[in-house]
Amino acid sequence: MFGFFKRGGKTAAPIAPTEAPGEDKPSLLARLRAGLAKTRTQIGGQLSGIFRRARIDEDLLEELESSLLMADVGVEATEWLMQSLRERIRRDRLERPESLRTALIELLTELLQPMERPLDLADRKPFIIMVAGVNGSGKTTSIGKLACHLRAHGLSVLLAAGDTFRAAAREQLKVWGERNGIDVVAQEGGDAAAVVFDAVQAAKARGIDVLIADTAGRLPTQLHLMEEIAKIKRVIAKAEPGGPHEVLLVLDANIGQNTLAQLQAFDAALGVTGLIVTKLDGTAKGGVIAAIARSRRGQPPALRFIGVGEALDDLQPFSARAFAEALFESQPEPT
Amino acid sequence: MLDNLTQRLTRVVKTLRGQARLTEANIDEALRDVRLALLEADVSLPVVKDFLQRVREQALGQQVIGSLTPGQALIGVVHDELVRLMGGEAAGLNLAVQPPAVILLAGLQGAGKTTTAGKLGKLLRETEKKKVLAVSCDVYRPAAIEQLRQVAAQAGIEFLPTDPNDKPVDIVRHATDYARRHYIDVLIVDTAGRLAVDVDMMDEIRALHGALHPAETLFVVDAMLGQDAVNTARAFAEALPLTGVILTKLDGDARGGAALSVRQVTGAPLKFAGIGEKLGGLEAFHPRRMASRILGMGDIVGLVEEARRTVDEGQAKALAQKIKSGKGFDLNDFLEQIAQVRKMGGLSALLDKLPAGLAQAAQQAQGQVDDRTTRRIQGIIHAMTPAERARPEIIKASRKRRIALGSGVSVQEVNRLLNQFEQTQKLMKQMSRGGAQKMLRGLRGMLPGMR
Repeated sequence: MFGFFKRGGKTAAPIAPTEAPGEDKPSLLARLRAGLAKTRTQIGGQLSGIFRRARIDEDLLEELESSLLMADVGVEATEWLMQSLRERIRRDRLERPESLRTALIELLTELLQPMERPLDLADRKPFIIMVAGVNGSGKTTSIGKLACHLRAHGLSVLLAAGDTFRAAAREQLKVWGERNGIDVVAQEGGDAAAVVFDAVQAAKARGIDVLIADTAGRLPTQLHLMEEIAKIKRVIAKAEPGGPHEVLLVLDANIGQNTLAQLQAFDAALGVTGLIVTKLDGTAKGGVIAAIARSRRGQPPALRFIGVGEALDDLQPFSARAFAEALFESQPEPT
Repeated sequence: MLDNLTQRLTRVVKTLRGQARLTEANIDEALRDVRLALLEADVSLPVVKDFLQRVREQALGQQVIGSLTPGQALIGVVHDELVRLMGGEAAGLNLAVQPPAVILLAGLQGAGKTTTAGKLGKLLRETEKKKVLAVSCDVYRPAAIEQLRQVAAQAGIEFLPTDPNDKPVDIVRHATDYARRHYIDVLIVDTAGRLAVDVDMMDEIRALHGALHPAETLFVVDAMLGQDAVNTARAFAEALPLTGVILTKLDGDARGGAALSVRQVTGAPLKFAGIGEKLGGLEAFHPRRMASRILGMGDIVGLVEEARRTVDEGQAKALAQKIKSGKGFDLNDFLEQIAQVRKMGGLSALLDKLPAGLAQAAQQAQGQVDDRTTRRIQGIIHAMTPAERARPEIIKASRKRRIALGSGVSVQEVNRLLNQFEQTQKLMKQMSRGGAQKMLRGLRGMLPGMR
């Protein structure tokens, strides 16, 4: 219903430069592309070399396997991709490495497609979003970006400073709010669940469209903290029946296979409905997204957004094809 | 922490143990499993290849083939290589320079630099009696400076306020000047998180390094990092002369393969491991212990240290006395023990540190004896009167009903707890009489019964 969440094709353009550049804000696109070019040199540099070989042979396949492993795709998903790829080579009698690239992009797109489900802010008011994740995954920053996006599309947004544990987490969110004119509900110290409860009441009283609740970062092995976050969810449900309408798990693209364990643990505690993968603007390739899709085949979680930079606009809807192409695209001309 | 890798390697080792001789074929098979295990643990592929190459060469050499117990010998080789890869002996900080000794912290966003700054400051203040000053050059992230201020206050170290409108290089110049004039021993400089591909930011930290001449330049790295740890570490090592690495978030269940990769790529020793969010959670990094742990030999030393930190010594002595006398172990002690275990991070954390064989035995029962169950047990005991806790044998049907009602469980569960307690009591008696061997046998018999 809100245009922003549906314009995946346009906003995803920078990740897939094969598409026509979006007509809005060319300077932003240029900047983004510049940022991503470094990443691309890293990924593409390795892979496009492979695809430029003369023919498909065992050496090439082995190198391709190594590249997948080094992109954090993980052992299981890599084995599956390689096996499927070998089948295709046999079935379609592929001979040119370039057609191998196309086949691989297709396979990966197929694998990731079920995760491409944009966030749908149905007719619920307030629409309550709860954000969770391990320490340092980028929760607060993602919330800031998300809030700005929502507001740019004419929605009123309220933030709840539910991270009452880490030093200055509340201040961090407040500064974000002040800079962008968004109200933040916070308390001196106290219980995270209480802050969130307050915020839900405030959102209802003020007729706010979207409430985003921050939580403290926690490692899934800290059982008492996992119980605490489950309680925060219960308290939201108590304050607003049916809430939270979205439980977002924020994942750092730099993290390796532990991402799967994180997803499993947070899902068990909270019932995760959507993911945000952050820090894709570094050298990390985010292949772990494929590992998630493979390990949760059948019903993979929805990947709502990916974070590709530090600017406000660098939170983008996920597009399976654009991502797959970015992973295996040919190297851009060196400039 | 590294449980899956541990389990996997334990299985590999088990299959090898059954073989009388090591041949090229079965070494290859074992090493393939080792490769998968290391990859799943996020050890970077080039590092894995290099590692396996070395192990293979040595395994095929006289050392292993000629050995009477080739399986053991191969484990030895793998173990030694792991230790070597992680940097041999534990390395400390070198702060023997003209004060103020500057420690520069660098790393990716969200690696845990600010928390580590606080932990390091606390450690230096408490164990080395240093006068420590912390300063933040993170002028980018909102409230980053405020975060360090709060962390410094908690750690009991001094903090130099800075203005987010200042340039980082100016900040550190002012800070070194201030530190010199105020007779500060150690100046800890926290920096903004940066991506290795961000040219401007990497230039900035190089400039900071140039202005500071730090005694220690430490790379703070998340233990959960994936394959890209190699690229990141290489980029930082190229930009800065790193003198050490701090591995953070080791209390998670990440398998920590990044530790292997980062050490290999940077050549800088792993100096500390960050464990937990509390400011006391910084330990010296022990390559040997970590390697033992990876190989399923368990981190008994770590367990003992952990116990020493959290267990009340007086209480422990009193309990040991009780156990020795073989009587009087009652539900109060049982409750205390449970509380003790919870203090040490719960059963799962303890199991993590046990040798794999023992951990496996315990694992079989773990489905039933998880941390939720222990909490329930606590609840049941809390519902008992002091007299009942001291003399559980007086608990008969009607008391059981009352206890069940009081703790919100069924009578069966109260029965189960009492049975379990009885078994523990028996075990304690055995322990007071016989050696550890007997106890282990008893433990194995008891665990499946603990539901």
